[in-house]
Order: sequence, then C-alpha cells, then structure tokens
Amino acid sequence: MIQPEDIKQMIERGLPGAHVTAGGDGRHFEAVVVFEGFVGKNMVQQHQMVYRALGDKMQAEIHALSLRTLTPEEYRAQAANT
Amino acid sequence: MNVQDKIKQQIASDKIVLYMKGTPQFPQCGFSAKSVELLKASGAEFSTVDVLADPDIRQGIKEYSNWPTIPQLYINGEFVGGCDILTELFQKGELQRMVAKTK
Repeated sequence: MIQPEDIKQMIERGLPGAHVTAGGDGRHFEAVVVFEGFVGKNMVQQHQMVYRALGDKMQAEIHALSLRTLTPEEYRAQAANT
Repeated sequence: MNVQDKIKQQIASDKIVLYMKGTPQFPQCGFSAKSVELLKASGAEFSTVDVLADPDIRQGIKEYSNWPTIPQLYINGEFVGGCDILTELFQKGELQRMVAKTK
C-alpha cells in the first residue's frame, strides 16, 4: 500500500528542489508542495505538474489527494500570517 | 459521435458545468459534494454530468482536461479546476466573481 512518504518522494523526484509535506491513511492523502517552478504558473498548471510527477499512481493507487501548491514567496507570506 | 466530441458538447451546453460522481442531490463522493456546496454558496446555476453513469465519459474527461481526478469544473467552456482549487478560489472570493460574470 502506498504511504505518504512515497508520495512525498515521488513529487520531490518529479519536481527537483520542491519541499513536500504529505499525510494520509493509505487511500486518502493530502500534500502541500512548495516549489520555485510554480512561479508564473496558474493553479491548474501547478496541480498538473504535481499530478505528472505522480504519473500512473494517480490513476490507480491514489484514491484521493488533496493538494495545495505554493511558490516559496506565497509560502513565506502564509507563514508570516499564521 | 466520439467521446471527446460528446464532452465538448456537454461543456458547451451550459455556462457552468460540473463533472461529478453522483448528482447534486445524491453525491457519491465527498469532493463532489463539497464542490456542489461551493457552487451553491457562490450563487451559481449550473449543470452537472454524473461520470459514474458513463465509464467512457469518466475516462474521457480526464484526457480532455489532462486532469486525473473528478470533480472537474468548467466555466464558459474553460477548465477551472478540481475541488482543492474551487476551495481556494472560494476562500479568495474569486469563485463568486467568476460565477457573477456568467450572469
């Protein structure tokens, strides 16, 4: 069964330099991805980049994934707010 | 008509179209249910397509948008996103603005 750690590693492999935190119970997962490469991309494109990194797993083993994508700048702004 | 043509026709059939699992009255998945709620809270009038009713559409819509999950929202023929993006757009008030513009 796929684990949050696997998801973290797959995303980080597909998006080199990305910082990923992932959680979940083996069927439903959530991940926050902070990546410089998201700059200038809209949310759909950002999520598509993450989905691409997960490839076939996204079609089969990962039943559901809640995704949040942030640029490093957005992440810092958010951290400052909370 | 092939599946992709059928999908194009569905997306063009209304200003706001939500591909979901189940129906607004009986959603079959939490993410679909939440998307319906967000649209209602935004004051949207919308059509839905139940992907569970047609396996070809269920697979075809993923290929159409290059997006691996359901639900999927389309406004004026444009793919807007899935449940996470709808949630974020709603929190920013952006979804409400997009809905208002369709009226």
